[in-house]
Amino acid sequence: MTFKTLLATTAFAALLASPAVAQQLSIKIGVMNDRSGLYADLTGEGSAVAARLAVEDFKAAEKGLKVEVVSADHQNKPDVGSNIARQWYDQDGVDVIADVPTSSVALAINQITKDKNKVFLNSGAATSDLTGKACSPNTVHWTYDTYALANGTGGAMVKAGGDSWYFLTADYAFGHALERDTSAVVVKNGGKVLGAVRTPFPGTDFSSFLLQAQASKAKVIGLANAGGDTINSIKQAGEFGITQGGQKLAGLLVFVTDVHALGLQTAQGLVLTESFYWDRDEGTRAWSQRFAKAHNGNMPSMVQAGVYGAVLHYLKAVAELKSKDPAAVMAKMKELPTDDPLFGKGTIRADGRKMHPMYLYEVKKPAESKAKWDYYKQVAVLPAEQAFRPLSESECPLVKK
Amino acid sequence: MADLSVEAPAGGLALEETNRSTERLHKAIMIGIALSLLVAPFVLYPVFVMKVLCFALFALAFNLLLGYGGLLSFGHAAYFGMASYVSAYAAKIWGLDPALAIVAGTLVAALLGLVFGALAIRRQGIYFAMITLALSQMVFFFSLQTPQFTGGEDGIQAVPRGKLLGLIDLADDRTLYFVVAAIFMGGLLLIYRIIHSPFGQVCKAIRDNEPRAISLGYRANQYKLAVFVLSAGLAGLAGATKAIVFQLASLTDVHWSMSGEVVLMTLVGGLGTVFGPIVGALVIVSMQNYLAGLGSWVLVVQGVIFVVCVLLFREGIVGVIAKRIGKGL
Amino acid sequence: MFELLGIPPQALFGQVLLGLINGSFYAILSLGLAVIFGLLNIINFTHGAQYMMGAFVAWMCLNYLGINYWAALLLAPIIVGATGIAIERLLIKRIAHVDHLYGLLLTFGLALIIQGLFRNGYGSSGLAYQIPPELRGGQNLGFMFLPNYRAWVVVASLAVCLATWFLIEKTRLGAYLRAATENPTLTQAFGINVPLMVTLTYGFGVALAAFAGVLAAPIYSVNPNMGADLIIVVFAVVVIGGMGSILGSIITGFGLGLIEGLTKVFYPEASATVIFIIMVLVLLVKPQGLFGRAT
Repeated sequence: MTFKTLLATTAFAALLASPAVAQQLSIKIGVMNDRSGLYADLTGEGSAVAARLAVEDFKAAEKGLKVEVVSADHQNKPDVGSNIARQWYDQDGVDVIADVPTSSVALAINQITKDKNKVFLNSGAATSDLTGKACSPNTVHWTYDTYALANGTGGAMVKAGGDSWYFLTADYAFGHALERDTSAVVVKNGGKVLGAVRTPFPGTDFSSFLLQAQASKAKVIGLANAGGDTINSIKQAGEFGITQGGQKLAGLLVFVTDVHALGLQTAQGLVLTESFYWDRDEGTRAWSQRFAKAHNGNMPSMVQAGVYGAVLHYLKAVAELKSKDPAAVMAKMKELPTDDPLFGKGTIRADGRKMHPMYLYEVKKPAESKAKWDYYKQVAVLPAEQAFRPLSESECPLVKK
Repeated sequence: MADLSVEAPAGGLALEETNRSTERLHKAIMIGIALSLLVAPFVLYPVFVMKVLCFALFALAFNLLLGYGGLLSFGHAAYFGMASYVSAYAAKIWGLDPALAIVAGTLVAALLGLVFGALAIRRQGIYFAMITLALSQMVFFFSLQTPQFTGGEDGIQAVPRGKLLGLIDLADDRTLYFVVAAIFMGGLLLIYRIIHSPFGQVCKAIRDNEPRAISLGYRANQYKLAVFVLSAGLAGLAGATKAIVFQLASLTDVHWSMSGEVVLMTLVGGLGTVFGPIVGALVIVSMQNYLAGLGSWVLVVQGVIFVVCVLLFREGIVGVIAKRIGKGL
Repeated sequence: MFELLGIPPQALFGQVLLGLINGSFYAILSLGLAVIFGLLNIINFTHGAQYMMGAFVAWMCLNYLGINYWAALLLAPIIVGATGIAIERLLIKRIAHVDHLYGLLLTFGLALIIQGLFRNGYGSSGLAYQIPPELRGGQNLGFMFLPNYRAWVVVASLAVCLATWFLIEKTRLGAYLRAATENPTLTQAFGINVPLMVTLTYGFGVALAAFAGVLAAPIYSVNPNMGADLIIVVFAVVVIGGMGSILGSIITGFGLGLIEGLTKVFYPEASATVIFIIMVLVLLVKPQGLFGRAT
């Protein structure tokens, strides 16, 4: 009863390791994500590739760690995810679960990890509850969250003159949360929200709602949805001439892989927030080229980059402690500053939030793109303290006020 | 109408000539099941066995409607899922005893079955299947759009297992296992009783020839509705129990693919046989567990099983065995 | 200028028009189901997957072979229709003699297989298919901006629906078909090759679904799940209409698209469920469906 089908042994027993290493510490990292569904390009095998790169770069074997990376598909279903997690922790000796996109699954894994006292390195999920009311001493939330996305896209758009908004909100809890968070940011920055329409989820035809958004004359149409809904609404907005009409589309949860799937012709002009873009600087480019070589020429998404960063930092903490005791490792991870070529220098806060800057990007026009995967131009940078929810507003019980 | 086991005269529904030896055989099988339930948690991962038991009960409930009401429902996820929401909600938000939470889930499922059944039995055969599917899709949208009750796409998570009747702590997997095994066994015996009661006999008569049964003075629609409600309620019992076991009620449980899965389990085990659904559930759940690494190939494999069963293997596993030994199972 | 429940009449016209566009898809798909059901007595659960295949074949034509939209509009239905014929000959035919519910189960299984294969091959995040250059842009109708492509969808689907109706109700071939539906044995006795007719009918119904898929490709994302949820709605449409008549299916399809469109304006939260609610109401009043014959 294992999920070893996709098992990939990455580090080899350091048979010839220096005799100074008294005993070898073996660690099993479970990369759990969507390997076949909507988020497979964004996370999927790419995240496992990123985890293996982290193990390789850390030279784990030389430091006396025997690291194994396994992976599984949670199909975006909380019940499937929790089954796998229980089995991994109870039976297969997994110490850490990494990635886990899809907020509902992430919250389930968060709970199980806490109950079983293991470590959860989340990169893929959006919900800011992971470091808010559902925060756990065993969880690090690495890459991004809804608060930062709303703040990045909402705040920066208003500053750039997009001060009236209309939302297309997917009619489920996640869509509502995105709309609520972004509205708050828009209003705080002096903009106003003209209205919102709840679209059935999952939806295919958004034309009717886009017409309502168009009629509102708002400068910005905020897409409080995800995955297929976002793709369809962007596609149909192009068809109805919405961007040509002068309104801007703001994707509240859009990733580089979505832009890749849409094509620049359709996605041009879209504004979005990410914490990592492969073409940002020397360091990200060098790493991304290596990643692409290992992953069929595809560039990494920010989620995959986040898996790399989180696994690397975890291994650092374990190597320093020479122990994988969850409480000690978590404390060490929060104590050590983080540093990697992808996210730069940063920290992990008491609530488990990893702090790094967020970037506002605009999707290039086809003519501006010089190479494959050349998609974004940077519009603004948000320093970490501005991007993420300040501890003073936190609902997390771990934060001492 | 829909006599789905026309080709399995000896197996399938042929319990009419239940003679002594068949009855003895059934008794032996029941004891066999009970014994293996006692041993299972010490050999296998208990959470896995509990999953199999919940789905087996679900499939048994579905099969009751199909095999003895002659009605193929393509929307049984509605009762399974709704019950799991209700029981999760009752246990988590109201802090009810797990036993009461399960009862509440079961009752709500039965009630939902009464409403949907009353609508659906107005049509038969293929229309019936489509109507039940559409009705269950409504339940899906309802669950999606009422996050204050269902938790939306997060589902209701971290449901406490609680203390059974305030005494027995269910946090331990093995303790919980025996409770689930007892519920399953109870469900199985109840269904067995229903089938062999005069009520069950009338249902079979209606299934085989409705006009004749009506002319004999039976109110066919009331009988059909009664089977429908029983089936929905038992599906609810399975769903409610599952919510306590996995401490989670989610949209997966109300999605149409869940309805498809239960049809598949029953088909593999043997439509209209007494024990088929149990075997089917065991096969399909293990397959999903062991093949989980294959990702979306699981979908393909399930599809292939559907096609192969329909084309070559309509009696199902238990149906074939029954035919071999010439006794109804 | 007056307003109806807070919606200006111009906006309302726009929404009615959009509703009709969605209705076109319901109409073609439910028509295909009705044609197949008429002769084969099975509900083709694979219909949604075949709609998806239509969109994918159009995409493959463009990306692998450089065949444009217009040719794909003709080719995709033929190719998918041919696979339908193969499915009928190899699989469905074998279960013609058993309960029709097995047909439902068989086609359900096939739908899972097709969907799973496409998911493995192309992922589920969807593929881009551009609107053909001839139909880009749109008309400003004063009350709304109508993309040319959407107008084309309504015209094309109406034309196909009416042509199908004409073929079945007004031609000799259609007469044979209706006779075979009524009494296959007798029709066979008159020297008409009924099994061939069954095969071709299935192929034709499937081709209709593929045609709808090609129409959908440029406006909805081309992805393996595009048909799965749609088909359940179409089932409800079919239950409401009753599958008794060709014209009935067409009218129900367009009508329900319209109602759904209006719901999106007045109460968007219910737009996913409105068709199911109508289904419940119809079942209460007229269980055999609006255009159905009592069974």
